[in-house]
Parts: sequence; C-alpha cells; structure tokens
Amino acid sequence: MKRLIASLVVIAGAVAGAQQPFDSAQGRPPALETLRVANNVYAIFGAGGNVTVQTGGDGVLVVDSGMTASVDALLTEVRKLSAAPIRFLINTHAHPDHVGGNIAFSRAATDPMQPLNIMAHERVLSRMTAALPAFQQGQTTGGAERLRGLPIDEYFTPTKDLRFNNEAVVLYHEANAHTDGDTVVLFRGSDVVSAGDIFTPDAYPFIDVANGGTVQGEIAALNHILQLTVPGHTQEGGTYVVPGHGRLCDEADVVEFRDMIVIVRDRVRDMMKKNMTFEQIKAARPTRDYDPAYVTPASFVKADQFVEAVYRGLNANK
Amino acid sequence: MNHQYLPGLAVLIACALACAPPASAQSDFSGHWAPLFHEDEPERLPGPELGDYLGIPLSDAGRLRADSYDADRISVVQEYQCRPHAGDYMMRGLANMRVDAVRDPVTSRLVAYHLRMGFQEMERTIWLDGRAHPSPNAAHTWSGFSTGTWQDNVLNIHTTHLKENYIRRNGIPASDKRTFTEHWVRHGNYLTVETVIRDPVILTEPLVRSQTWVLDPTQTMGRDICETAAEVPKAADFVPHHLPGTNPFVTEVADWYGLPAGATRGGAETMYPEYRRTMAKPAKPAPAMCERYCNCGLNGAGCALR
Repeated sequence: MKRLIASLVVIAGAVAGAQQPFDSAQGRPPALETLRVANNVYAIFGAGGNVTVQTGGDGVLVVDSGMTASVDALLTEVRKLSAAPIRFLINTHAHPDHVGGNIAFSRAATDPMQPLNIMAHERVLSRMTAALPAFQQGQTTGGAERLRGLPIDEYFTPTKDLRFNNEAVVLYHEANAHTDGDTVVLFRGSDVVSAGDIFTPDAYPFIDVANGGTVQGEIAALNHILQLTVPGHTQEGGTYVVPGHGRLCDEADVVEFRDMIVIVRDRVRDMMKKNMTFEQIKAARPTRDYDPAYVTPASFVKADQFVEAVYRGLNANK
Repeated sequence: MNHQYLPGLAVLIACALACAPPASAQSDFSGHWAPLFHEDEPERLPGPELGDYLGIPLSDAGRLRADSYDADRISVVQEYQCRPHAGDYMMRGLANMRVDAVRDPVTSRLVAYHLRMGFQEMERTIWLDGRAHPSPNAAHTWSGFSTGTWQDNVLNIHTTHLKENYIRRNGIPASDKRTFTEHWVRHGNYLTVETVIRDPVILTEPLVRSQTWVLDPTQTMGRDICETAAEVPKAADFVPHHLPGTNPFVTEVADWYGLPAGATRGGAETMYPEYRRTMAKPAKPAPAMCERYCNCGLNGAGCALR
C-alpha cells in the first residue's frame, strides 16, 4: 500500500509538472485564466488541474484546488470572483495537481461560523491519509493540524448531493475510471459538469492502474458524463464540461474522446485475441493515428503508457 | 479646359469622394446565395465514395483514421446524428446561404456578416470589427470563431476554435486543431470563396478548395430541425469502426472507376498534376461508360446510380 501511495505522489507530481510546466525563465507558475462557463459557475485554467468555482449568496464552492505551487494565485483568482467564504471544496481525485491547494484553502477559511468542508469519495481520503507521515507513539497533540486539508467530509455511496447557492450540486462516484476514487460534479441548474481527469481532451487519459483505474471504468465514466450532458442548438453548447486539463468543452468533445478510447481498446483487445504479447502490441502502435492529436513533447501520458494501461485493464478482465 | 466648368467639376469630384463607399465595404456580400456545383460535383452532391482520398494531402494518421471510419457511426452513435457541417465544410455542402450584414445601430458601420445555412440551421458570424480571437481555453464550436479583414474588394477571413469534423464526408476527419482562411470575392451576382485548411494532425500540407455561389434573391429559408433518436439497440461502449487493415470498402473506388489504387489513398503528391507522370497504372480499366452518379442534379434530376 505504501508503495502505491508513494507512486501516486510521484506520478501525480509528474502529471502536474508535465501538464502545467513552470515558467522556467521566471521561476514561477504560469498565469491563471478564468472563464465564465454558465450563470455563476466559472473555470480557472493554469493552476495544475482545472478548477471549477460556483459563487453566490451562500458563499463559494470550489472543485479541486490545483497544485501547491499555484494556490496563492488560485485563491487570488477565486477572490476576484467573490469575497464570500469558501464553504465547500470538492476533490475529484487524489492526485496532487488537484488536491495540492487543499491545505492553503483550509487555512484561508478563518471564520469558524462558516467553516470549509472538503468533500471527496472515501477512496480519496484513504489514499491521502495513507500518504501522511505516521503518528508517533505517544503523540497526543497536533491531530487537528494533521487533518488539515484532508477531505474528511467524505462519501462512500454512488452519489452525494447538496444544494448550495440555490443550485443542486450532485457528486457522482465513477468507479475505477481514472483512479478508484473519481468524482464527477454536476451543477444541475447551471448545466455544467466538472469531470476531473476522466476527461482530458488534448491528452490521452492517465488511467492510473496502480490506483484502481481501468479502461472499462474510464469508458463507463465517459458514457455517464454523456448521459448528464444535453447539447444545445445544432448539437453544441448546452451542457458545458470542464475537463481535468485542457480547454472548456461540451458533449461533442466528450464523444470524440470516448470514441478514441473505445477504438484503441478494441484494437488492443483484437491483438490480445490473436495472442500477441504486450511488446508486439506496443510495436504495432495501435494508437498511431491518434498520437498527433493527443501526444506532445510535454505530455505526461505517452502513447505506449496509454496502450499499457489499456492492455493491463483488459488483461485483468481475462 | 474652359474655366467656366471648373466649379462644376470640383462639385462632381467632391461628390464622388463623399459618396464613395468606405474601403471596408467595397463588396457587399449580404443576400441569399445558392451554391453552384460545377466544381467537385460528385464529391459534394451525392457525396464522396468510401476510400476516395485522392487529392487530399493526408498524413499517415489521417489516412488510418479515415480507413477506420464506419459510416454506421453517424446513426448508431446518437450524438452524431444531428451534427451540422463545421465552418469550413458548410461553405462546401449542399445548403443555400443567407448572408446578413450586421451594422452598428448608431454609425451604420459594418460590424460583422452573419451566415445562416439551409441545413441543420448552421450559423456563422464573421467579425469585421477588429476583435481578438478567444483564449485557447475557450470552447470550440462547429463554425469556429471567424474574423475578417479587407484587402481591396477581397474579404480575407481567418477561423479558429473549430470542433472536430470532417475534410470529406467519407470518414476523412478534420481535427479540432485545424484553422482555415478564406478569400471571398464577388463578381456581380457570383461569389467565389477560396478556402485554405491547415490541419497539423490530419494534413501534411494546406488543402486549398474553392466554391462558387450565385445570388438567388427568390429563395426562402425555413427551419431545419433535427432530433436525435436511438435507432438500434447497442451496448454503451460500442462505437462502429474498422480495425486496421480490415475495411473492405477502401478499394471500391479504384475498382469502380479504373483508378490506380495508390492514387486513391491520397497524400500531398496526389494534389499536383505532376503526379500523373509517376502514378501506377490501374489494376482494372475504366468503365466504358459512366456507371455511377452520372446525371446528378441535371435538369433537376436526383442522384440515381445509373
């Protein structure tokens, strides 16, 4: 387990680094950009993973907290949208480019009458807790500080919902997709889905097999997102989707991404049926027509890694 | 020159200068336009044959994507059913077009042209007010984001933020990373639109195509509403496609028309006339007489095979 947690931290740190490289010349994270998605829901780009923000009279709800290095800039962006207390932080999964700002968000909540609740699926809490340094024998203090930033408002059911800023906000657990603890957040009134790293329109999905991710779960989660989305006139707009990384999207973009994964999975599965070894499958380059669209020199997930994740997921189901 | 005419001449010159249209409005594209199909008619009216990539500067990735295409996808995958053409292809499709000039209500300055097509209610706006293109993080649309600038009487248009769509309606995809430029020229009642598509994923060179329209003030444009529906039961994770090397239809076009198979596979070299010197001979002779889509559109006829 410890090995898994260690690999999770290392891998996710690399994800953040690869997908949001620092401005090496200036030694600082890239500038953030905020776009209004719909009504009082916004997307903030550039803080590591994408961040979704809902504002209103009840306060501020944030989905994901970016990476640690960007959190000051992220809080500044959130404060431009609203000075109200940040009441809810939802983590879509446990990777540091999405939970790296948790502790700073927790410290920013200074009003004990309006505390910050950090929510996530229980698998996220388990993994983040396991990554903490062990309690020393006889240690009796520091417990509260130790819990700071953890999503202790966790859920274990298939869904969880709350009404905030007069809007129904629904959390869906997507089992064994990108990881085993993914949450998709639906802002039902504003018609916005925050997808986390299940959906990365410009990059192959990071199916984190070591932490419970599978290609079948990834496809199922994308199909569920497609059930939540209803396109607008001429099949565009309508429900908007904030991906874990990459530009703002809608249903049509999710369809292209889902289709790509299904087609690659079918190719790998066909090769496995022909008793090809993993090395032979990799050499056959079953993603070669999609690579120019989904792989750049800065990509964290290269073609071979995606093929390996698909292969391992299918092999486990044999 | 008799000096008694000078004052009148001065008035005429002043009037000419005052009445001349501003440089930004040397052509007026507003009105109803009907597409003409004398160019690329078989591709545009009945639709391209499967496996016909001739003249398209396809990358290897683009060719495999096209080979993988199964036409069932546009009916079986419900989300595909009502998709319109994208901004580049809509100028090439079958639909009539209405162009409205959008003017500043105070200054009457031309702010944009708004296009509406008679298929799937496609709309497109070409901004002429110098605004910047959106951020790379902004959503993409079928029509993309278009801005135009005048060069004499030519309107040069640049479009970004496009959704994934198609270069040809036989499975040759167009990626969401492509951009295109257009050059609109009006000659009396005719409009010529030259389109240059740059797609770093699917194409190895820019693809240049042109389309011609004729002014058609009599046309009317109603609604064209599309509703998706599940047409066949299918598993949620089923997407029709051909595995690499298994598409049985990619050789049809070479067989039917007596073309060299290599030429139908496309690639930049197949765009140029010089290719005829080096291309292989066809495996089968061309048919003695036209067998497919011979009278499409002729005297109002449809597109029967023979």
